[in-house]
Amino acid sequence: MTLIKETDYGTPASTSDKTVTLTIDGFEVTVPEGTSVMRASMETGIQIPKLCATDMVDAFGSCRLCLVEIEGRRGTPASCTTPVEPGMVVRTQTGRLKQLRRGVMELYISDHPLDCLTCAANGDCELQDMAGVVGLRDVRYGHDGDNHVKARDGLGEVNARWMPKDESNPYFTYDPSKCIVCSRCVRACEEVQGTFALTIEGRGFDSRVSPGMHEDFLSSECVSCGACVQACPTATLQEKSVIEIGQPEHSVVTTCAYCGVGCSFKAEMRGDELVRMVPYKDGKANRGHSCVKGRFAYGYAAHKDRILSPMIRDKITDPWREVSWEEALGFAATKLRAIQYELGKDAIGVITSSRCTNEETYLVQKLARAVFGNNNTDTCARVCHSPTGYGLGQTFGTSAGTQDFDSVQHADVVMVIGANPTDGHPVFASRLKKRLRQGAKLIVVDPRRIDLVRTPHVQAAHHLALRPGTNVAVVTALAHVIVTEGLFDESFIRERCDWDEFQDYAEFVSDAKHSPEAVEALTGVPAQELRAAARLYARGGNGAIYYGLGVTEHSQGSTTVIGIANLAMLTGNIGRPGVGVNPLRGQNNVQGSCDMGSFPHELPGYRHVNGQEVRDIFEKLWGVEISDEPGLRIPNMLDAAVDGTFKGLYCQGEDILQSDPDTRHVSAGLAAMDCVIVHDLFLNETANYAHVFLPGSTFLEKDGTFTNAERRINRVRKVMAPRNGYADWEVTQMLANAMGADWSYTHPSQIMDEIAATTPSFANVSYEMLEKKGSVQWPCNDKTPDGSPIMHVDGFVRGRGRFIRTDYVATDEKTGPRFPLLLTTGRILSQYNVGAQTRRTANVVWHAEDVLEIHPHDAETRGVKDGDWVKLASRSGETALRAQITDRVSPGVVYTTFHHPTTQANVITTDYSDWATNCPEYKVTAVQVMPSNGPTDWQEKYEEFSTLSRRIEAAE
Amino acid sequence: MSLQLSSRQVAERTQAVVEDLAQLEGPLLPILHEVQKEFGCVPDEALRTIAEALNLSRAEVHGVASFYHDFRKEPAGRHVLKICRAEACQSMGGDGLADGVRAALGIDWHETTPDGRVTLEPVYCLGLCSCAPAAMLDGELHGRLDETAMRELVKETGR
Repeated sequence: MTLIKETDYGTPASTSDKTVTLTIDGFEVTVPEGTSVMRASMETGIQIPKLCATDMVDAFGSCRLCLVEIEGRRGTPASCTTPVEPGMVVRTQTGRLKQLRRGVMELYISDHPLDCLTCAANGDCELQDMAGVVGLRDVRYGHDGDNHVKARDGLGEVNARWMPKDESNPYFTYDPSKCIVCSRCVRACEEVQGTFALTIEGRGFDSRVSPGMHEDFLSSECVSCGACVQACPTATLQEKSVIEIGQPEHSVVTTCAYCGVGCSFKAEMRGDELVRMVPYKDGKANRGHSCVKGRFAYGYAAHKDRILSPMIRDKITDPWREVSWEEALGFAATKLRAIQYELGKDAIGVITSSRCTNEETYLVQKLARAVFGNNNTDTCARVCHSPTGYGLGQTFGTSAGTQDFDSVQHADVVMVIGANPTDGHPVFASRLKKRLRQGAKLIVVDPRRIDLVRTPHVQAAHHLALRPGTNVAVVTALAHVIVTEGLFDESFIRERCDWDEFQDYAEFVSDAKHSPEAVEALTGVPAQELRAAARLYARGGNGAIYYGLGVTEHSQGSTTVIGIANLAMLTGNIGRPGVGVNPLRGQNNVQGSCDMGSFPHELPGYRHVNGQEVRDIFEKLWGVEISDEPGLRIPNMLDAAVDGTFKGLYCQGEDILQSDPDTRHVSAGLAAMDCVIVHDLFLNETANYAHVFLPGSTFLEKDGTFTNAERRINRVRKVMAPRNGYADWEVTQMLANAMGADWSYTHPSQIMDEIAATTPSFANVSYEMLEKKGSVQWPCNDKTPDGSPIMHVDGFVRGRGRFIRTDYVATDEKTGPRFPLLLTTGRILSQYNVGAQTRRTANVVWHAEDVLEIHPHDAETRGVKDGDWVKLASRSGETALRAQITDRVSPGVVYTTFHHPTTQANVITTDYSDWATNCPEYKVTAVQVMPSNGPTDWQEKYEEFSTLSRRIEAAE
Repeated sequence: MSLQLSSRQVAERTQAVVEDLAQLEGPLLPILHEVQKEFGCVPDEALRTIAEALNLSRAEVHGVASFYHDFRKEPAGRHVLKICRAEACQSMGGDGLADGVRAALGIDWHETTPDGRVTLEPVYCLGLCSCAPAAMLDGELHGRLDETAMRELVKETGR
């Protein structure tokens, strides 16, 4: 293994179809029109010296090192800013150029410290490289003149130009004394990340990189994505991990385990120590970019809280006892079999994880189906995107987004519904913002003023700030405008969709009761604004819809998904780049865990368990009989547990106690079980109710694949041995074998082969293929051997697109005098989901606790001031947290995140759920807010209980 | 005007300036000029307000404002005397003249006399090389200066 060095072509690739031929140093080269001379030269293998150019950002032409001579032109133009022309004759190395470059380097080095040997960038410094490249031997100007390098001059006088190192960011440092003012960081922040947090302040010799208004990084607008650190050619912006450890020596390409964007990273290693994560430019989801979580927040893998030995206990009031793997698995197997003996084979089940690999998920559902002998398998996607599966399956025929992420570069109008990409899917947000800065229009449908509504250089054309719970009314009203104003694409509908169903749907939405005016009082969205948004989406060119959990986590989640699909079909925005319906998946492998048959009614590939021919495939291969009855969903399992008919659960990599709604109900269900097996990295909240704890492995410690929101199957590669001893798929296999199965997988690739052999949409997928192609988007079979970046290109998967009526039915969760406010929940950039990982990293500096956002008006009438403790109560329960007063939320709406177990936002949420899929209604809860002086009794008791429950008996 | 403005007052008055000029193409520089006219300087709070109003980042506005020396952080004295320190003026004895002024006023470059009478600034070429050494008092150019003429200029600031 070696360190993967990606070629830096200096300037971005040109997308032109026309080509230009020129000569560089006597070699003829043909490149697309618009390519820079620098890039063309690199393509022939000649690297022109450079400092301010890098191919992640546009050319800038400031360092004057990349000068070339061009026949017939005066002077020595910069090759980065000079586009190629036909017949151009370029020389990159002449006596004059050599002298000029050396002179430039002398000036740079005269104001740069000469501490190369002790510098953190030693071995990875472009300034050092260029000094070598141009043959710098002497600096005629000396090092004693005006400089930014020394804190004091030779006489002990303070040097006013010197600035101390800024170490405020937990992950990287800014050392102004090493800065060469190449502006790469500033441009990366603007062009790649789109935050504009950096600038060059001052002018001439005073020029300095400045975060915000001469602030430190932490208090500036910086979101810590690290694009600047990656762009910096020197040690000015440097990862603290590199300062601490040193330069990496080998790297492995793998996939981030945070959100559904599925960014590719190079894990740069020294031995088995991870030095840093660097986004991989060939990664097709992220194109070389990352966010604060993926790049920096991996410290949880080595956190002291991680449990590395299996543990068991008879009762949840006992302390944990560390035991051998054999004993733990034997204990679990005996208990599970005993429950089945007593209560029947349906009394136990599994929950698969959207954070584990496809292969691991596949094995867990196989455990239920082949070893337990039932279909009691469900997944955390139940609580996030199950309505997407249902809604898109019904209308289009596949349970997945229709586009790849590159598609956004071709969108003209983007509608973001119930998603907060800058926080939840930051890398996609950066790509979206780039497109918006190029002129695409944005419509935001969200109760809260998310950052995208207005952020530097991006302003939504329309923000429909609807009342939580009225999605269906708004989406149907949008369709009403499109149909009644004749904005629909008739030829598309006639050609691709069922015309009769369209007519039925058109009749339904045309009803005046669905008009924006009629629903305004209900939704709170001004009718004119809604009409304008509908017109823009229908007639603004390529219209793309991106949506998130704000759509699905409602009692009518599935209906809204159907409504969204209807909008896309009405306007013909399906089946080509720049359009489509795109669910932004919450977790890294939500798509994959759904694909792998985690649902109780579906075998891998979304095929219903009542299909004999599908069961046949698996029955033959597994040598068992598969039940044709759908099994229990998570809420049903918990209900059954309370009833005493369900007593054993194997829960892999999900913390249902914290993430599932109505915490009290979840805890009652768990407490009623005889054998709860938690397979996780940490003693999570669910583990408080567990009898067996099986330590899990991180994404760094195993091989496998994740499938991201664009259906892209990305490889996860093992970069270090599992600290707990076994990868998660091995643990599941050992549990299966302890229960009498005879599984003998020795590598996840064999599991993928089994998936490919049984599931048509994965038919051509293999590790060998992924190795060759990097990644592939399913369906990948003989019909589409290279995968499918865009779906429904020549027609819908189900045949004809199906319009379905979307009646608005108000949720049963209603505000009233006791609970007059609506609570909606979400997440924040620096934290992820229940926070089990990110809370165990330095990301807590940005978000140390959950806070309640409340409108100034609502705060004032309750006597709540900014930062006050408030009690948040619903019909389900109550909790306390601090208030933050902001007009981001409308009056009548409050908002919080659910990253911290001490807050337990889900104590508040109710057990209402989506009519089709039981996806919980997290996004709407009627609440009251009142001043309080600290945590509630419940929080204190729970804290006490979890401390007690987490005791581990000292080993003898 | 009172010297101590609350940040809220600064924000409000800046907001008014921005509203007047925001419809211009490339409104940032005209706004900064107006703000400087309003407050005698460009306070940090004004930059925040401008960034918010124009939908720019704080960094961007700071980058532009700090590029121009004439956008001040603090208000200047009642008069501003700029003395050229570029090559032509140096060759005609400009440095010596400048030293005399600094001594006479008892302040260094970029400083304001304690009575708030005058601020002394260096300038690198006023485009008046043919009449070196040159200086500029409150926007008015003065060329072919010698000690007497310079003394007169300084005296003028006392009025």
